[in-house]
Amino acid sequence: MLLYTMRRLLLLIPILLGVTLLTFAIAQITPGDPVALMLGVGATPERVAAVREQLGYNDPLLVQYARYVGNALRGDLGQSVRGQTPVLREIWMRLPSTFELTLAAMLLAIIGGVGAGVIAAATRNRVAQTLTMIIALVGLSVPSFWLAILLILVFGVKLQWVAVTGGEGLKDLILPAVCLALGPAAVLARLTRSSVLEVIREDYVRTARAKGMQERAIVLKHVLRNALIPVITVIGMQFAAMLSGAVFIESVFARPGLGRFVVNAVSARDYPQVQGIVLFMATVYVVLNLLVDLAYGWLDPRIRFD
Amino acid sequence: MGKPKTAGESLWRSAWRTLRHHPTGMIGLVGLAILLSLVALAPMLAPADPTAMNLANTLQPPNAQHPFGTDDLGRDILSRVLWGGQESLRVALLAILIAALGGITLGLVAGYFGGITDALIMRIVDVFLAFPTILLLLSIVAALGPNLGTVLIALGVSFIPNVSRFVRGTVLATKNREYVTAARVVGAPDARIMLIHILPNILAPLIVYATVGLGTAIILTAGLSYLGLGAQPPSPEWGAMLNYGRNYLHDAWWMSVFPGVAIFAAVLFVNLLGDGLRDALDPKLRA
Repeated sequence: MLLYTMRRLLLLIPILLGVTLLTFAIAQITPGDPVALMLGVGATPERVAAVREQLGYNDPLLVQYARYVGNALRGDLGQSVRGQTPVLREIWMRLPSTFELTLAAMLLAIIGGVGAGVIAAATRNRVAQTLTMIIALVGLSVPSFWLAILLILVFGVKLQWVAVTGGEGLKDLILPAVCLALGPAAVLARLTRSSVLEVIREDYVRTARAKGMQERAIVLKHVLRNALIPVITVIGMQFAAMLSGAVFIESVFARPGLGRFVVNAVSARDYPQVQGIVLFMATVYVVLNLLVDLAYGWLDPRIRFD
Repeated sequence: MGKPKTAGESLWRSAWRTLRHHPTGMIGLVGLAILLSLVALAPMLAPADPTAMNLANTLQPPNAQHPFGTDDLGRDILSRVLWGGQESLRVALLAILIAALGGITLGLVAGYFGGITDALIMRIVDVFLAFPTILLLLSIVAALGPNLGTVLIALGVSFIPNVSRFVRGTVLATKNREYVTAARVVGAPDARIMLIHILPNILAPLIVYATVGLGTAIILTAGLSYLGLGAQPPSPEWGAMLNYGRNYLHDAWWMSVFPGVAIFAAVLFVNLLGDGLRDALDPKLRA
Protein backbone atom coordinates (compact mmCIF):
# COMPACT_ATOMS: atom_id res chain seq x y z
CA MET A 1 0.00 0.00 0.00
CA LEU A 2 2.81 2.36 0.91
CA LEU A 3 4.63 1.46 -2.28
CA TYR A 4 1.47 2.03 -4.30
CA THR A 5 0.89 5.40 -2.66
CA MET A 6 4.46 6.43 -3.44
CA ARG A 7 4.12 5.33 -7.03
CA ARG A 8 0.84 7.20 -7.45
CA LEU A 9 2.43 10.31 -5.97
CA LEU A 10 5.30 10.03 -8.44
CA LEU A 11 2.81 9.67 -11.28
CA LEU A 12 1.41 13.08 -10.34
CA ILE A 13 4.60 14.69 -11.61
CA PRO A 14 4.24 13.96 -15.35
CA ILE A 15 0.51 14.73 -15.21
CA LEU A 16 1.06 18.10 -13.53
CA LEU A 17 3.93 18.89 -15.90
CA GLY A 18 1.56 18.12 -18.75
CA VAL A 19 -1.04 20.47 -17.25
CA THR A 20 1.52 23.29 -17.05
CA LEU A 21 2.62 22.57 -20.62
CA LEU A 22 -0.98 22.78 -21.79
CA THR A 23 -1.78 26.08 -20.04
CA PHE A 24 1.55 27.46 -21.26
CA ALA A 25 0.84 26.35 -24.84
CA ILE A 26 -2.64 27.93 -24.81
CA ALA A 27 -1.07 31.18 -23.60
CA GLN A 28 1.18 31.09 -26.66
CA ILE A 29 -1.75 30.89 -29.09
CA THR A 30 -3.51 33.80 -27.37
CA PRO A 31 -3.52 36.69 -29.83
CA GLY A 32 -2.40 40.09 -28.56
CA ASP A 33 0.60 41.14 -26.51
CA PRO A 34 0.08 40.67 -22.74
CA VAL A 35 2.61 43.41 -22.00
CA ALA A 36 0.81 45.92 -24.20
CA LEU A 37 -2.43 44.97 -22.43
CA MET A 38 -0.80 45.36 -19.04
CA LEU A 39 0.64 48.80 -19.78
CA GLY A 40 -2.56 50.08 -21.31
CA VAL A 41 -3.18 52.06 -24.52
CA GLY A 42 -0.98 54.99 -23.49
CA ALA A 43 2.28 53.03 -23.52
CA THR A 44 4.82 53.83 -26.23
CA PRO A 45 6.18 50.96 -28.34
CA GLU A 46 9.62 51.56 -26.78
CA ARG A 47 8.23 51.18 -23.29
CA VAL A 48 6.37 47.99 -24.28
CA ALA A 49 9.58 46.60 -25.79
CA ALA A 50 11.56 47.48 -22.66
CA VAL A 51 9.06 45.84 -20.31
CA ARG A 52 8.86 42.79 -22.57
CA GLU A 53 12.62 42.43 -22.28
CA GLN A 54 12.53 43.03 -18.53
CA LEU A 55 9.80 40.41 -17.92
CA GLY A 56 11.57 37.89 -20.11
CA TYR A 57 9.00 37.68 -22.91
CA ASN A 58 11.84 37.77 -25.45
CA ASP A 59 13.56 34.69 -24.06
CA PRO A 60 13.33 31.39 -25.93
CA LEU A 61 10.05 29.55 -25.26
CA LEU A 62 11.81 26.75 -23.40
CA VAL A 63 13.39 29.25 -20.99
CA GLN A 64 10.03 30.95 -20.50
CA TYR A 65 8.36 27.60 -19.82
CA ALA A 66 11.04 26.56 -17.32
CA ARG A 67 10.64 29.88 -15.53
CA TYR A 68 6.85 29.45 -15.50
CA VAL A 69 7.11 25.99 -13.93
CA GLY A 70 9.79 27.15 -11.48
CA ASN A 71 7.63 30.06 -10.36
CA ALA A 72 4.56 27.84 -10.05
CA LEU A 73 6.53 25.44 -7.83
CA ARG A 74 7.39 28.33 -5.54
CA GLY A 75 3.72 29.26 -5.40
CA ASP A 76 3.99 32.17 -7.83
CA LEU A 77 1.13 31.78 -10.30
CA GLY A 78 1.82 35.09 -12.00
CA GLN A 79 0.03 38.39 -11.89
CA SER A 80 -3.21 39.70 -13.24
CA VAL A 81 -2.74 41.81 -16.39
CA ARG A 82 -4.77 44.68 -14.99
CA GLY A 83 -4.72 44.58 -11.23
CA GLN A 84 -1.03 43.65 -10.79
CA THR A 85 -2.04 41.53 -7.80
CA PRO A 86 -0.54 38.05 -7.43
CA VAL A 87 -3.05 35.49 -8.73
CA LEU A 88 -2.42 33.14 -5.81
CA ARG A 89 -3.45 35.74 -3.25
CA GLU A 90 -6.69 36.36 -5.16
CA ILE A 91 -7.28 32.61 -5.22
CA TRP A 92 -6.79 32.26 -1.44
CA MET A 93 -9.28 35.07 -0.87
CA ARG A 94 -11.97 33.27 -2.84
CA LEU A 95 -11.23 29.70 -1.86
CA PRO A 96 -13.32 29.60 1.38
CA SER A 97 -16.52 30.56 -0.45
CA THR A 98 -16.08 27.85 -3.09
CA PHE A 99 -15.00 25.30 -0.49
CA GLU A 100 -18.09 25.98 1.61
CA LEU A 101 -20.36 25.67 -1.43
CA THR A 102 -18.86 22.46 -2.81
CA LEU A 103 -18.73 20.83 0.61
CA ALA A 104 -22.39 21.59 1.29
CA ALA A 105 -23.35 20.41 -2.20
CA MET A 106 -21.29 17.22 -1.92
CA LEU A 107 -22.96 16.33 1.38
CA LEU A 108 -26.40 16.96 -0.12
CA ALA A 109 -25.53 14.94 -3.23
CA ILE A 110 -24.22 11.96 -1.24
CA ILE A 111 -27.10 11.88 1.23
CA GLY A 112 -29.76 12.50 -1.41
CA GLY A 113 -28.24 10.48 -4.23
CA VAL A 114 -27.11 7.41 -2.33
CA GLY A 115 -30.28 7.46 -0.23
CA ALA A 116 -32.53 7.62 -3.28
CA GLY A 117 -30.52 4.91 -5.03
CA VAL A 118 -30.77 2.52 -2.08
CA ILE A 119 -34.49 3.16 -1.71
CA ALA A 120 -35.08 2.64 -5.42
CA ALA A 121 -33.23 -0.68 -5.37
CA ALA A 122 -34.16 -2.13 -1.99
CA THR A 123 -37.81 -1.15 -1.74
CA ARG A 124 -40.41 -3.36 -3.30
CA ASN A 125 -42.63 -0.35 -3.88
CA ARG A 126 -42.79 0.20 -7.64
CA VAL A 127 -44.10 3.75 -7.35
CA ALA A 128 -41.17 4.80 -5.12
CA GLN A 129 -38.77 3.13 -7.54
CA THR A 130 -40.14 4.83 -10.64
CA LEU A 131 -40.42 8.17 -8.91
CA THR A 132 -36.80 8.24 -7.74
CA MET A 133 -35.57 7.26 -11.17
CA ILE A 134 -37.68 9.94 -12.87
CA ILE A 135 -36.30 12.55 -10.47
CA ALA A 136 -32.79 11.30 -11.20
CA LEU A 137 -33.36 11.59 -14.95
CA VAL A 138 -34.72 15.11 -14.60
CA GLY A 139 -31.76 15.96 -12.35
CA LEU A 140 -29.38 14.83 -15.07
CA SER A 141 -31.13 16.83 -17.76
CA VAL A 142 -31.92 20.15 -16.12
CA PRO A 143 -29.15 22.72 -16.68
CA SER A 144 -27.94 23.77 -13.21
CA PHE A 145 -27.81 27.47 -14.12
CA TRP A 146 -31.43 27.40 -15.28
CA LEU A 147 -32.55 25.59 -12.15
CA ALA A 148 -30.75 28.32 -10.21
CA ILE A 149 -32.67 31.00 -12.09
CA LEU A 150 -35.96 29.23 -11.40
CA LEU A 151 -35.20 28.91 -7.68
CA ILE A 152 -34.24 32.58 -7.53
CA LEU A 153 -37.53 33.45 -9.27
CA VAL A 154 -39.54 31.44 -6.74
CA PHE A 155 -37.65 31.95 -3.45
CA GLY A 156 -35.99 35.29 -4.12
CA VAL A 157 -38.36 37.28 -6.31
CA LYS A 158 -41.80 35.85 -5.42
CA LEU A 159 -41.48 34.60 -1.84
CA GLN A 160 -38.53 36.84 -0.88
CA TRP A 161 -37.13 34.22 1.50
CA VAL A 162 -33.54 34.72 0.37
CA ALA A 163 -31.51 37.50 -1.16
CA VAL A 164 -31.81 37.38 -4.96
CA THR A 165 -28.04 37.51 -5.39
CA GLY A 166 -24.93 38.16 -3.37
CA GLY A 167 -26.20 36.95 0.03
CA GLU A 168 -23.51 35.33 2.15
CA GLY A 169 -25.37 33.91 5.15
CA LEU A 170 -25.99 30.23 5.78
CA LYS A 171 -29.53 30.67 4.46
CA ASP A 172 -28.11 31.96 1.20
CA LEU A 173 -25.99 28.82 0.87
CA ILE A 174 -29.04 26.54 0.56
CA LEU A 175 -30.19 27.38 -2.97
CA PRO A 176 -26.72 27.35 -4.59
CA ALA A 177 -25.87 24.10 -2.81
CA VAL A 178 -29.10 22.46 -3.96
CA CYS A 179 -28.49 23.53 -7.58
CA LEU A 180 -24.91 22.29 -7.47
CA ALA A 181 -25.89 19.00 -5.83
CA LEU A 182 -28.69 17.98 -8.19
CA GLY A 183 -26.62 16.70 -11.12
CA PRO A 184 -24.13 14.70 -9.02
CA ALA A 185 -27.00 13.41 -6.83
CA ALA A 186 -28.74 12.11 -9.95
CA VAL A 187 -25.58 10.34 -11.13
CA LEU A 188 -25.06 8.81 -7.68
CA ALA A 189 -28.70 7.71 -7.42
CA ARG A 190 -28.60 5.85 -10.73
CA LEU A 191 -25.26 4.24 -9.97
CA THR A 192 -26.16 3.27 -6.40
CA ARG A 193 -29.38 1.70 -7.62
CA SER A 194 -27.71 -0.51 -10.23
CA SER A 195 -24.86 -1.36 -7.87
CA VAL A 196 -27.22 -2.38 -5.05
CA LEU A 197 -29.34 -4.42 -7.48
CA GLU A 198 -26.20 -6.28 -8.53
CA VAL A 199 -24.98 -7.01 -5.01
CA ILE A 200 -28.42 -8.03 -3.75
CA ARG A 201 -28.26 -11.09 -6.04
CA GLU A 202 -24.96 -12.31 -4.54
CA ASP A 203 -24.73 -15.61 -2.70
CA TYR A 204 -23.72 -14.07 0.60
CA VAL A 205 -26.89 -11.97 0.60
CA ARG A 206 -28.96 -15.10 0.02
CA THR A 207 -27.08 -16.78 2.87
CA ALA A 208 -27.84 -13.86 5.17
CA ARG A 209 -31.51 -14.10 4.25
CA ALA A 210 -31.49 -17.86 4.74
CA LYS A 211 -30.17 -17.54 8.25
CA GLY A 212 -33.08 -15.26 9.03
CA MET A 213 -31.41 -11.88 9.19
CA GLN A 214 -33.69 -8.88 9.02
CA GLU A 215 -33.91 -7.25 5.59
CA ARG A 216 -32.84 -3.91 7.03
CA ALA A 217 -29.72 -5.38 8.57
CA ILE A 218 -28.91 -7.24 5.35
CA VAL A 219 -29.06 -4.06 3.31
CA LEU A 220 -27.04 -2.05 5.80
CA LYS A 221 -24.40 -4.63 6.72
CA HIS A 222 -23.94 -6.81 3.67
CA VAL A 223 -25.28 -5.01 0.64
CA LEU A 224 -24.29 -1.39 1.18
CA ARG A 225 -20.70 -2.08 2.17
CA ASN A 226 -20.08 -3.81 -1.11
CA ALA A 227 -22.39 -1.84 -3.31
CA LEU A 228 -20.89 1.49 -2.33
CA ILE A 229 -17.38 0.68 -3.56
CA PRO A 230 -17.98 1.76 -7.18
CA VAL A 231 -20.03 4.67 -5.85
CA ILE A 232 -16.99 6.01 -3.98
CA THR A 233 -14.96 6.26 -7.19
CA VAL A 234 -17.74 8.11 -8.90
CA ILE A 235 -18.03 10.49 -5.94
CA GLY A 236 -14.41 11.36 -6.73
CA MET A 237 -15.28 11.99 -10.35
CA GLN A 238 -18.16 14.20 -9.27
CA PHE A 239 -15.64 16.69 -7.90
CA ALA A 240 -15.05 17.67 -11.53
CA ALA A 241 -18.77 18.14 -12.02
CA MET A 242 -18.87 20.26 -8.85
CA LEU A 243 -16.02 22.43 -10.09
CA SER A 244 -17.77 22.88 -13.39
CA GLY A 245 -21.06 23.55 -11.63
CA ALA A 246 -19.44 26.10 -9.32
CA VAL A 247 -18.40 28.11 -12.38
CA PHE A 248 -22.06 28.48 -13.35
CA ILE A 249 -23.74 28.54 -9.94
CA GLU A 250 -21.41 31.13 -8.43
CA SER A 251 -22.07 33.37 -11.40
CA VAL A 252 -25.86 33.05 -11.13
CA PHE A 253 -25.88 33.73 -7.38
CA ALA A 254 -23.04 36.28 -7.57
CA ARG A 255 -21.03 34.39 -4.94
CA PRO A 256 -17.46 35.61 -4.53
CA GLY A 257 -15.80 32.24 -5.25
CA LEU A 258 -13.21 30.79 -7.60
CA GLY A 259 -15.76 29.86 -10.26
CA ARG A 260 -16.99 33.39 -10.67
CA PHE A 261 -13.40 34.65 -10.48
CA VAL A 262 -12.35 32.51 -13.43
CA VAL A 263 -15.40 33.55 -15.47
CA ASN A 264 -14.62 37.21 -14.85
CA ALA A 265 -10.99 36.60 -15.82
CA VAL A 266 -12.09 34.92 -19.05
CA SER A 267 -14.51 37.77 -19.83
CA ALA A 268 -11.73 40.30 -19.26
CA ARG A 269 -9.41 38.05 -21.30
CA ASP A 270 -6.87 38.31 -18.51
CA TYR A 271 -4.97 35.23 -19.61
CA PRO A 272 -2.26 35.21 -16.90
CA GLN A 273 -5.06 35.13 -14.35
CA VAL A 274 -6.98 32.41 -16.19
CA GLN A 275 -3.77 30.41 -16.49
CA GLY A 276 -3.10 30.69 -12.76
CA ILE A 277 -6.60 29.70 -11.69
CA VAL A 278 -6.73 26.83 -14.16
CA LEU A 279 -3.40 25.48 -12.95
CA PHE A 280 -4.52 25.77 -9.34
CA MET A 281 -7.91 24.13 -9.90
CA ALA A 282 -6.45 21.35 -12.05
CA THR A 283 -3.88 20.57 -9.34
CA VAL A 284 -6.56 20.43 -6.66
CA TYR A 285 -8.63 18.17 -8.89
CA VAL A 286 -5.76 15.77 -9.65
CA VAL A 287 -4.80 15.53 -5.96
CA LEU A 288 -8.43 14.95 -4.91
CA ASN A 289 -8.74 12.15 -7.42
CA LEU A 290 -5.59 10.55 -6.06
CA LEU A 291 -6.99 10.68 -2.53
CA VAL A 292 -10.23 9.08 -3.73
CA ASP A 293 -8.27 6.31 -5.47
CA LEU A 294 -6.32 5.64 -2.29
CA ALA A 295 -9.50 5.62 -0.22
CA TYR A 296 -10.91 3.08 -2.65
CA GLY A 297 -8.15 0.61 -1.83
CA TRP A 298 -8.57 1.22 1.85
CA LEU A 299 -12.30 0.50 1.67
CA ASP A 300 -11.98 -2.64 -0.40
CA PRO A 301 -9.08 -4.82 0.73
CA ARG A 302 -9.72 -7.13 -2.23
CA ILE A 303 -8.19 -4.51 -4.51
CA ARG A 304 -4.52 -5.27 -4.80
CA PHE A 305 -1.99 -2.64 -5.63
CA ASP A 306 0.55 -4.48 -7.65
CA MET B 1 -15.67 -11.45 -44.94
CA GLY B 2 -19.41 -11.26 -45.53
CA LYS B 3 -20.09 -12.52 -42.04
CA PRO B 4 -19.47 -9.43 -39.94
CA LYS B 5 -21.63 -7.46 -42.34
CA THR B 6 -24.70 -9.64 -41.94
CA ALA B 7 -24.05 -9.87 -38.21
CA GLY B 8 -23.94 -6.07 -38.17
CA GLU B 9 -27.23 -5.79 -40.02
CA SER B 10 -28.97 -8.09 -37.64
CA LEU B 11 -27.55 -6.08 -34.72
CA TRP B 12 -29.12 -2.89 -36.08
CA ARG B 13 -32.41 -4.60 -36.83
CA SER B 14 -32.70 -6.15 -33.39
CA ALA B 15 -31.55 -2.89 -31.80
CA TRP B 16 -34.41 -1.10 -33.55
CA ARG B 17 -36.81 -3.76 -32.32
CA THR B 18 -35.58 -3.29 -28.74
CA LEU B 19 -35.77 0.49 -29.02
CA ARG B 20 -39.29 0.38 -30.44
CA HIS B 21 -40.50 -1.43 -27.35
CA HIS B 22 -38.53 0.82 -25.00
CA PRO B 23 -41.12 3.35 -23.78
CA THR B 24 -38.77 6.05 -22.48
CA GLY B 25 -36.36 5.57 -25.38
CA MET B 26 -39.22 6.14 -27.81
CA ILE B 27 -40.37 9.24 -25.90
CA GLY B 28 -36.82 10.54 -26.34
CA LEU B 29 -36.66 9.67 -30.04
CA VAL B 30 -40.06 11.13 -30.91
CA GLY B 31 -39.59 14.17 -28.66
CA LEU B 32 -36.20 14.90 -30.18
CA ALA B 33 -37.58 14.45 -33.71
CA ILE B 34 -40.39 16.93 -32.99
CA LEU B 35 -38.05 19.43 -31.36
CA LEU B 36 -35.54 19.24 -34.22
CA SER B 37 -38.34 19.70 -36.76
CA LEU B 38 -39.74 22.73 -34.93
CA VAL B 39 -36.29 24.30 -34.80
CA ALA B 40 -35.45 23.42 -38.41
CA LEU B 41 -38.77 24.86 -39.59
CA ALA B 42 -38.32 28.06 -37.53
CA PRO B 43 -38.26 30.24 -40.69
CA MET B 44 -41.78 28.99 -41.50
CA LEU B 45 -43.21 28.44 -38.01
CA ALA B 46 -41.94 31.48 -36.10
CA PRO B 47 -44.73 34.07 -35.89
CA ALA B 48 -42.27 36.98 -36.01
CA ASP B 49 -38.73 37.95 -36.92
CA PRO B 50 -36.54 36.97 -33.93
CA THR B 51 -34.72 40.30 -33.95
CA ALA B 52 -37.65 42.57 -34.94
CA MET B 53 -38.18 45.16 -32.21
CA ASN B 54 -41.55 46.59 -31.34
CA LEU B 55 -41.23 49.27 -28.71
CA ALA B 56 -45.00 49.64 -28.44
CA ASN B 57 -45.25 46.07 -27.23
CA THR B 58 -42.48 45.51 -24.65
CA LEU B 59 -42.41 43.06 -21.70
CA GLN B 60 -45.80 41.53 -22.56
CA PRO B 61 -46.62 38.47 -20.46
CA PRO B 62 -47.61 35.34 -22.42
CA ASN B 63 -50.88 35.96 -24.30
CA ALA B 64 -52.71 34.73 -27.38
CA GLN B 65 -50.65 36.82 -29.75
CA HIS B 66 -47.31 36.10 -28.06
CA PRO B 67 -47.61 32.67 -26.40
CA PHE B 68 -44.19 33.07 -24.70
CA GLY B 69 -44.52 36.84 -24.16
CA THR B 70 -42.18 39.57 -25.41
CA ASP B 71 -38.90 40.98 -24.10
CA ASP B 72 -37.84 44.52 -23.19
CA LEU B 73 -37.45 45.38 -26.88
CA GLY B 74 -40.82 43.93 -27.81
CA ARG B 75 -39.27 40.90 -29.54
CA ASP B 76 -41.44 37.76 -29.67
CA ILE B 77 -39.91 35.18 -27.29
CA LEU B 78 -41.48 32.17 -29.06
CA SER B 79 -39.88 33.19 -32.35
CA ARG B 80 -36.56 33.75 -30.61
CA VAL B 81 -36.68 30.34 -28.91
CA LEU B 82 -37.44 28.63 -32.24
CA TRP B 83 -34.63 30.44 -34.07
CA GLY B 84 -32.26 30.17 -31.13
CA GLY B 85 -32.48 26.40 -31.24
CA GLN B 86 -30.77 26.51 -34.61
CA GLU B 87 -27.70 28.02 -32.99
CA SER B 88 -27.68 26.02 -29.75
CA LEU B 89 -28.35 22.64 -31.34
CA ARG B 90 -26.13 23.22 -34.37
CA VAL B 91 -23.13 24.09 -32.21
CA ALA B 92 -23.70 21.09 -29.93
CA LEU B 93 -24.13 18.69 -32.88
CA LEU B 94 -21.08 20.02 -34.73
CA ALA B 95 -18.99 19.84 -31.55
CA ILE B 96 -19.91 16.16 -31.17
CA LEU B 97 -18.98 15.64 -34.84
CA ILE B 98 -15.55 17.26 -34.33
CA ALA B 99 -15.00 15.21 -31.17
CA ALA B 100 -16.07 12.02 -32.96
CA LEU B 101 -13.79 12.58 -35.97
CA GLY B 102 -10.78 13.49 -33.83
CA GLY B 103 -11.45 10.89 -31.17
CA ILE B 104 -12.13 8.03 -33.60
CA THR B 105 -8.94 8.78 -35.54
CA LEU B 106 -6.72 8.97 -32.45
CA GLY B 107 -8.40 6.05 -30.70
CA LEU B 108 -8.27 3.78 -33.78
CA VAL B 109 -4.62 4.56 -34.44
CA ALA B 110 -3.60 4.16 -30.78
CA GLY B 111 -5.57 0.96 -30.22
CA TYR B 112 -4.75 -0.66 -33.54
CA PHE B 113 -1.02 0.01 -33.71
CA GLY B 114 -0.29 -0.24 -29.99
CA GLY B 115 3.30 0.09 -28.76
CA ILE B 116 4.98 3.48 -28.89
CA THR B 117 2.22 5.11 -30.96
CA ASP B 118 -0.34 4.04 -28.39
CA ALA B 119 1.80 5.12 -25.42
CA LEU B 120 2.49 8.53 -26.95
CA ILE B 121 -1.13 9.29 -27.87
CA MET B 122 -2.53 8.01 -24.59
CA ARG B 123 -0.08 9.94 -22.38
CA ILE B 124 -1.16 13.16 -24.12
CA VAL B 125 -4.80 12.13 -23.72
CA ASP B 126 -4.17 11.46 -20.02
CA VAL B 127 -2.98 15.02 -19.51
CA PHE B 128 -6.13 16.39 -21.14
CA LEU B 129 -8.27 14.04 -19.05
CA ALA B 130 -6.56 15.25 -15.88
CA PHE B 131 -8.22 18.58 -16.60
CA PRO B 132 -11.87 18.99 -15.74
CA THR B 133 -13.52 19.76 -19.11
CA ILE B 134 -14.79 23.16 -17.96
CA LEU B 135 -11.23 24.41 -17.29
CA LEU B 136 -10.07 23.39 -20.74
CA LEU B 137 -13.13 25.07 -22.24
CA LEU B 138 -12.55 28.29 -20.32
CA SER B 139 -8.83 28.34 -21.22
CA ILE B 140 -9.60 28.01 -24.92
CA VAL B 141 -12.34 30.64 -24.79
CA ALA B 142 -10.00 32.99 -22.89
CA ALA B 143 -7.35 32.49 -25.56
CA LEU B 144 -9.55 32.80 -28.65
CA GLY B 145 -12.16 35.25 -27.41
CA PRO B 146 -15.80 34.80 -26.41
CA ASN B 147 -18.07 33.89 -29.33
CA LEU B 148 -20.07 30.91 -30.53
CA GLY B 149 -17.38 29.80 -32.99
CA THR B 150 -14.85 29.56 -30.17
CA VAL B 151 -17.33 27.59 -28.07
CA LEU B 152 -17.75 25.14 -30.96
CA ILE B 153 -13.99 24.61 -31.30
CA ALA B 154 -13.44 24.46 -27.54
CA LEU B 155 -16.22 21.91 -27.01
CA GLY B 156 -15.11 19.75 -29.92
CA VAL B 157 -11.47 19.75 -28.81
CA SER B 158 -12.20 19.14 -25.15
CA PHE B 159 -14.35 16.09 -25.92
CA ILE B 160 -11.69 14.48 -28.16
CA PRO B 161 -9.66 12.93 -25.28
CA ASN B 162 -12.72 11.19 -23.82
CA VAL B 163 -13.75 9.83 -27.20
CA SER B 164 -10.20 8.65 -28.03
CA ARG B 165 -9.91 6.77 -24.78
CA PHE B 166 -13.30 5.18 -25.31
CA VAL B 167 -12.57 4.20 -28.93
CA ARG B 168 -9.15 2.82 -28.02
CA GLY B 169 -10.73 0.61 -25.37
CA THR B 170 -13.28 -0.82 -27.80
CA VAL B 171 -10.61 -1.26 -30.50
CA LEU B 172 -8.44 -3.24 -28.09
CA ALA B 173 -11.38 -5.50 -27.39
CA THR B 174 -12.07 -5.97 -31.11
CA LYS B 175 -8.72 -6.14 -32.86
CA ASN B 176 -7.91 -9.74 -31.98
CA ARG B 177 -11.21 -11.17 -33.21
CA GLU B 178 -10.96 -13.85 -35.89
CA TYR B 179 -12.34 -11.71 -38.71
CA VAL B 180 -9.68 -9.05 -38.11
CA THR B 181 -6.93 -11.65 -38.01
CA ALA B 182 -8.38 -13.17 -41.18
CA ALA B 183 -8.29 -9.81 -42.94
CA ARG B 184 -4.70 -9.33 -41.86
CA VAL B 185 -3.74 -12.79 -43.07
CA VAL B 186 -5.08 -12.16 -46.56
CA GLY B 187 -2.94 -9.00 -46.63
CA ALA B 188 -5.50 -6.20 -46.25
CA PRO B 189 -3.79 -2.85 -45.61
CA ASP B 190 -4.00 -1.39 -42.09
CA ALA B 191 -6.24 1.51 -43.10
CA ARG B 192 -8.70 -0.90 -44.71
CA ILE B 193 -8.77 -3.15 -41.66
CA MET B 194 -9.36 -0.19 -39.37
CA LEU B 195 -12.11 1.41 -41.46
CA ILE B 196 -13.89 -1.62 -42.93
CA HIS B 197 -13.45 -4.25 -40.26
CA ILE B 198 -12.96 -2.56 -36.90
CA LEU B 199 -14.86 0.73 -37.15
CA PRO B 200 -18.30 -0.73 -38.03
CA ASN B 201 -18.01 -3.05 -35.05
CA ILE B 202 -17.35 -0.30 -32.55
CA LEU B 203 -20.04 1.94 -34.03
CA ALA B 204 -22.83 0.75 -31.72
CA PRO B 205 -21.21 1.66 -28.38
CA LEU B 206 -19.90 4.83 -30.01
CA ILE B 207 -23.41 5.97 -30.95
CA VAL B 208 -24.57 5.47 -27.36
CA TYR B 209 -21.55 7.38 -26.11
CA ALA B 210 -22.09 10.23 -28.59
CA THR B 211 -25.75 10.56 -27.63
CA VAL B 212 -24.86 10.97 -23.96
CA GLY B 213 -22.16 13.48 -24.97
CA LEU B 214 -24.69 15.46 -27.01
CA GLY B 215 -26.71 16.24 -23.87
CA THR B 216 -23.59 17.58 -22.16
CA ALA B 217 -22.68 19.58 -25.27
CA ILE B 218 -26.12 21.24 -25.37
CA ILE B 219 -25.87 22.24 -21.69
CA LEU B 220 -22.32 23.56 -22.06
CA THR B 221 -23.08 25.52 -25.25
CA ALA B 222 -26.00 27.25 -23.57
CA GLY B 223 -24.10 27.53 -20.29
CA LEU B 224 -21.12 29.33 -21.79
CA SER B 225 -23.45 31.68 -23.64
CA TYR B 226 -25.30 32.25 -20.38
CA LEU B 227 -21.99 33.32 -18.81
CA GLY B 228 -21.51 35.75 -21.68
CA LEU B 229 -18.66 33.67 -23.13
CA GLY B 230 -20.49 32.26 -26.16
CA ALA B 231 -23.20 33.69 -28.38
CA GLN B 232 -23.53 37.47 -27.94
CA PRO B 233 -26.66 39.64 -28.09
CA PRO B 234 -28.82 40.06 -30.11
CA SER B 235 -28.39 36.35 -30.83
CA PRO B 236 -31.45 34.30 -29.79
CA GLU B 237 -29.18 31.40 -28.71
CA TRP B 238 -30.93 29.83 -25.69
CA GLY B 239 -28.18 30.50 -23.17
CA ALA B 240 -27.69 34.04 -24.45
CA MET B 241 -31.44 34.65 -24.02
CA LEU B 242 -31.23 33.47 -20.40
CA ASN B 243 -28.27 35.75 -19.83
CA TYR B 244 -30.25 38.66 -21.26
CA GLY B 245 -33.33 37.76 -19.23
CA ARG B 246 -31.57 37.85 -15.88
CA ASN B 247 -31.82 41.62 -15.80
CA TYR B 248 -35.60 41.27 -15.92
CA LEU B 249 -36.19 38.65 -13.23
CA HIS B 250 -38.48 41.00 -11.34
CA ASP B 251 -40.50 42.16 -14.33
CA ALA B 252 -40.56 39.37 -16.86
CA TRP B 253 -40.20 35.78 -15.60
CA TRP B 254 -41.09 34.49 -19.05
CA MET B 255 -37.80 35.79 -20.44
CA SER B 256 -35.94 33.43 -18.08
CA VAL B 257 -38.31 30.48 -18.19
CA PHE B 258 -39.02 29.59 -21.84
CA PRO B 259 -35.47 29.46 -23.24
CA GLY B 260 -34.59 27.23 -20.26
CA VAL B 261 -37.54 24.94 -20.95
CA ALA B 262 -36.17 24.51 -24.47
CA ILE B 263 -32.69 23.56 -23.21
CA PHE B 264 -34.17 21.22 -20.63
CA ALA B 265 -36.47 19.54 -23.16
CA ALA B 266 -33.64 19.05 -25.65
CA VAL B 267 -31.32 17.53 -23.03
CA LEU B 268 -34.07 15.38 -21.51
CA PHE B 269 -35.05 13.90 -24.89
CA VAL B 270 -31.41 13.26 -25.75
CA ASN B 271 -30.83 11.53 -22.40
CA LEU B 272 -34.00 9.42 -22.73
CA LEU B 273 -32.94 8.39 -26.22
CA GLY B 274 -29.44 7.66 -24.91
CA ASP B 275 -30.82 5.34 -22.24
CA GLY B 276 -32.95 3.58 -24.84
CA LEU B 277 -30.04 3.24 -27.26
CA ARG B 278 -27.82 1.87 -24.50
CA ASP B 279 -30.34 -0.87 -23.76
CA ALA B 280 -30.77 -1.54 -27.48
CA LEU B 281 -27.17 -1.37 -28.65
CA ASP B 282 -24.79 -2.09 -25.80
CA PRO B 283 -23.87 -5.74 -26.22
CA LYS B 284 -22.57 -5.95 -22.65
CA LEU B 285 -26.06 -5.38 -21.28
CA ARG B 286 -27.72 -7.85 -23.64
CA ALA B 287 -28.88 -11.14 -22.30
